Amino acid sequence: MIWQLDLFLLILVVICAVATITVKDLLSATIIFSAYSFLMCLLWAEMGAVDVAFTEATVGAGVSTIFFIAAIFRTTRRSKD
Amino acid sequence: MEDIAAHIMAKYNYWIYVVLMMIGFYAMIGKRNLVKKLLGMNIFQTSIILFFISTGAKKGGSIPILDKYAALQGAVDVNQVVNPLPHVLMLTAIVVGVSVTGVALAVMQRIYRKYGTLEEDEILLKIENE
Repeated sequence: MIWQLDLFLLILVVICAVATITVKDLLSATIIFSAYSFLMCLLWAEMGAVDVAFTEATVGAGVSTIFFIAAIFRTTRRSKD
Repeated sequence: MEDIAAHIMAKYNYWIYVVLMMIGFYAMIGKRNLVKKLLGMNIFQTSIILFFISTGAKKGGSIPILDKYAALQGAVDVNQVVNPLPHVLMLTAIVVGVSVTGVALAVMQRIYRKYGTLEEDEILLKIENE
């Protein structure tokens, strides 16, 4: 565990989380959330939890993003807040 | 005073987890769009998983994959490997979270088909007018 890398990734994660809930377009929010999941996966690999990092990279950044995009295309992209 | 500041800085990662958790909590309560609420729930969940994983991390700890022969001879130093127990528990939590997301998105599509919108206040207005 390298604390400089840890702090850098944590700050990026917080920026991505704030961007996810402030962006008005739902598709961009989903893509930023995918970047958030990938940064989270890097953080876990850096902490030594490689199995959790694998699962997050496939399931969190992959499958759940596809779920969100499919649901947004079937409903609406517009968001008021 | 410096003592308190040093105390706070020593656990800087825990403070960032709390910030992430509160961002997710705010999105679940303050946002009116249902997809935004679901994204907030996912952020909340990943921050808790991050907290649990970090409790297993050690300074100078390697990944928990051991050499078989060294392990059989009992020559494993516990301080050299991170604790794998939180990893196993949190693997289950990630999978459960994705299934919860899938069910929530399916319910959202039914709501959109019935009311034609994903905003909470507009849905409540349409329910009242029925």
